[in-house]
Amino acid sequence: MGGSILGNRVLRKEDPKFLTTGGKYVDDLLDEPLLQEAVHVTYARSSVAHGRILSIDTSDAASMPGVIAVFTGADLDLQPTPSAFNPAATRTLLAMDKVRYVGEPLAIIVSETREQGEDASEAIIVDYDVLEAFVDVEQAMTSSTLLYEACGSNVVFDTTALGMPDNTGDDFFAGCEVVVKGRYMNQRLAPCPLEVRGAAAAWGPDGRLTQWLSTQHAQGAPGPIAAANGVDVSQVRVKTPDVGGGFGAKIGTYPEDLLLGVISKRVGRPVRWRETRSESMVGLGHGRAQLQYITIGGSRDGKVSHYQFHAIQDSGAWVDMGTILAPFMTRPMSSGVYAIPNIECRTTSVVTNTTPTVAYRGAGRPEATAAIERAMDMFAAEIGKDAAEVRRINLIPKFMEPHTTAIGGTYDVGDYEESLNRALEASDYAGWRKKQAERRANNDPKQLGIGVSVYVEITGGVGTGESAKVEVLEDGSARVYTGTSPHGQGHDTSWSMLASEQTGIPMDKIELVWGDTDLVPVGSGTMGSRSLQQGGNAVYAVAGTLVEQAKSVAARLLEANEADIVLDKDKGVFHVAGTPAVSKTWAELAIAEKATGGLVHSDVIGVVGPTFPFGAHVGIVEVDTETGKVVHIAHYACDDAGTVLNPMLLEGQIHGGVAQGAAQALMEEVRYDEDGNPITSNLADYAFISAAELPSVHVIHMETPTPNNLIGAKGIGESGTIGSTPALQSAVIDAVSHLGVRHIDMPTTAERVWSAIQQAR
Amino acid sequence: MKVTITVNGQTHESDVEPRTLLVQYVRDTLGLTGTNIGCDTSSCGACSLHVNGESVKSCTMLAAQADGCEVTTIEGLAKDGVMHPMQTAFMENHGLQCGYCTPGMVMASISLLKENPNPTEEEVRIGLEGNLCRCTGYHNIVKSVLAAAQAK
Repeated sequence: MGGSILGNRVLRKEDPKFLTTGGKYVDDLLDEPLLQEAVHVTYARSSVAHGRILSIDTSDAASMPGVIAVFTGADLDLQPTPSAFNPAATRTLLAMDKVRYVGEPLAIIVSETREQGEDASEAIIVDYDVLEAFVDVEQAMTSSTLLYEACGSNVVFDTTALGMPDNTGDDFFAGCEVVVKGRYMNQRLAPCPLEVRGAAAAWGPDGRLTQWLSTQHAQGAPGPIAAANGVDVSQVRVKTPDVGGGFGAKIGTYPEDLLLGVISKRVGRPVRWRETRSESMVGLGHGRAQLQYITIGGSRDGKVSHYQFHAIQDSGAWVDMGTILAPFMTRPMSSGVYAIPNIECRTTSVVTNTTPTVAYRGAGRPEATAAIERAMDMFAAEIGKDAAEVRRINLIPKFMEPHTTAIGGTYDVGDYEESLNRALEASDYAGWRKKQAERRANNDPKQLGIGVSVYVEITGGVGTGESAKVEVLEDGSARVYTGTSPHGQGHDTSWSMLASEQTGIPMDKIELVWGDTDLVPVGSGTMGSRSLQQGGNAVYAVAGTLVEQAKSVAARLLEANEADIVLDKDKGVFHVAGTPAVSKTWAELAIAEKATGGLVHSDVIGVVGPTFPFGAHVGIVEVDTETGKVVHIAHYACDDAGTVLNPMLLEGQIHGGVAQGAAQALMEEVRYDEDGNPITSNLADYAFISAAELPSVHVIHMETPTPNNLIGAKGIGESGTIGSTPALQSAVIDAVSHLGVRHIDMPTTAERVWSAIQQAR
Repeated sequence: MKVTITVNGQTHESDVEPRTLLVQYVRDTLGLTGTNIGCDTSSCGACSLHVNGESVKSCTMLAAQADGCEVTTIEGLAKDGVMHPMQTAFMENHGLQCGYCTPGMVMASISLLKENPNPTEEEVRIGLEGNLCRCTGYHNIVKSVLAAAQAK
């Protein structure tokens, strides 16, 4: 009897294709029959951040070589649609009366080749009445110039308007021995999947629209696509080719996606669209962009008793997903891993003349963690205690039953102190502190900085379960259908492991189907680190039920009692217990069931609730005090994601997460000039982190299974990002804290570090 | 204009616009879509392939400049169904996730080892600075390249 495949370092089934022919991304669908003779769509975009459109002259563009058609919003008779999060805010899919950020689409060129479309888009002439532009949330909050006049304010969402209590100011801290205040900018980031946005659309002979989309959630797309095309949702099929990364920014649909069917119908040809990277840097949603005011109070012995947090979320120029991450993801996690008896947290979301913000790896939780961790550091510095020690004093003690914090977040299980202990031990924290003391004593120009973070986050917060279908074919192979949507996570491998574990069908005879709304109509996609705990869980459960179903078929064929039938998973055959000589294969059972609809089971499997992965990171940096240059020299990550299905994939998620977290702490920031012109709108200007700026990551294992699903798994996709950012920001500040520096905003660039040192001196 | 380019051992004579980039030529003219486009500033390296055995970002070169050259793309690496040792190393060390940077990363890595057969971790990291990946954090890419160096 072989052992379970679960928990093993299984290599990925998907890799040979990616390594030999490359994936089939949306721009690679050259052989697709429906897309033959497709024309190219190019969007002309606003070049000003805020302005009234006086006129759009498309006549020159329309007469350029290869141009088939040019459309404005008026040509397409576009109507305003409301935001899902604040219905007073409305927009048309192409800007008509007003533009609100640089890069907003305002006209469409349809051309025979992509290059002709790019040439023609340069020839579109727009006359604007330029308005005051806001790139700063606090300016936008108080100004009478509004992005959306019908909202009555640039504040578009506030927890106080939901009936949640307002913060009470300094009175909240009466009686605290120590009170520390901070203002932190959790800066705006560009998600930067290596594959930019792209899509294709074709109306079939049956009158239905097929749209190929680079997305994290195919099943979320037919609704908006159908609405934009004025057809019933049953008339839309969305297909997901390989997707070259998403990181949250490809969850929703964008205007550029929604208009493709409309354009295809107008020109009578299938259409393809793929943006350039420079377009993507302003068109794909951004992440983070949260201004944070914190006050933390407690006693001199290190106990924190009060924490007050006002998060001011920059929504960008549309009331998109970014708007609601602060109230619904940051706020419930504001207590972090700490037992703080008194917490207030208000969030205010504000529109500005910048690219709309959406979910980006962590989506609201990195912001919560960065705030409380930075506050803890400042509190520790104020009372002169070691930052790791102050954390230990305030950690929520180990709990194996749900724990509710003062702000109302309810966590499943946690052992935060153990994760801290493991990270401190594996990193030789004491050893690094000794090295740091030596360098300080020697007045070394290159100082060491050590940063510690302990975090808890929420995963599987999206969706309450997931669909799965498992079907055994007449050759004995299986097909697994999932509502999750892999774009690098390795679901083909993982879901095959789970199905194989239940059925005994070898992994290489299991095929995964996903992202096609005709074949998988129900699904919540891949986001919020939900896939394994909901999608994998569903595959595991449904495959288990299918085995029971198969036993009943085998009993009938073997003329035996169903209760006596066993599945020999090594051989993939069913027989009566004790008499293995007479057996039925999966193939035989599938053939027997052919007439009655096949050997198949399909269900939506619920979970108890979201899960709360936690862990501790130790980041080590070297800072050149003469230039401010920071080098990330070592990183230790203890991330507890519950039961581990495939350690290789888990580690891969942590590595990638740490890199994106380090990128935020040390390098990356989307910047605008004061008029709202983006100045980081390509990969030469945006400080996308490379291999040269990162160390290898020491991964420290810890598994505390969650009771919230069958397989004990929590999410791991975002943990690395959430834990690493505060550890590294803290490390940089720690490196120069002996010079009097208490805080440096992210990214901790050489310029900022150098300036902070000069100011402290 | 007419160009003669040998790609993955096969010689093609094609008529291309003078402004056609080498990456557009392999993708659009030859239909070899394994080579990806990730940026428009020659920053990301997703389009790296080999020209006369050396790694080149194929968005920095015109098809016309490759006239008479030998080009190898990711599709031309495996021989008789057997993966190149670098491809194997990436598979065994989980050096890829979404796969988009992978073809360019593999091509650049092969070139790196050709120049420096026994690199240190630091040398691999600096050597791959021009190839961006958003998924792996580079940890397993570096590990893959070091493993491929060992395997030789």
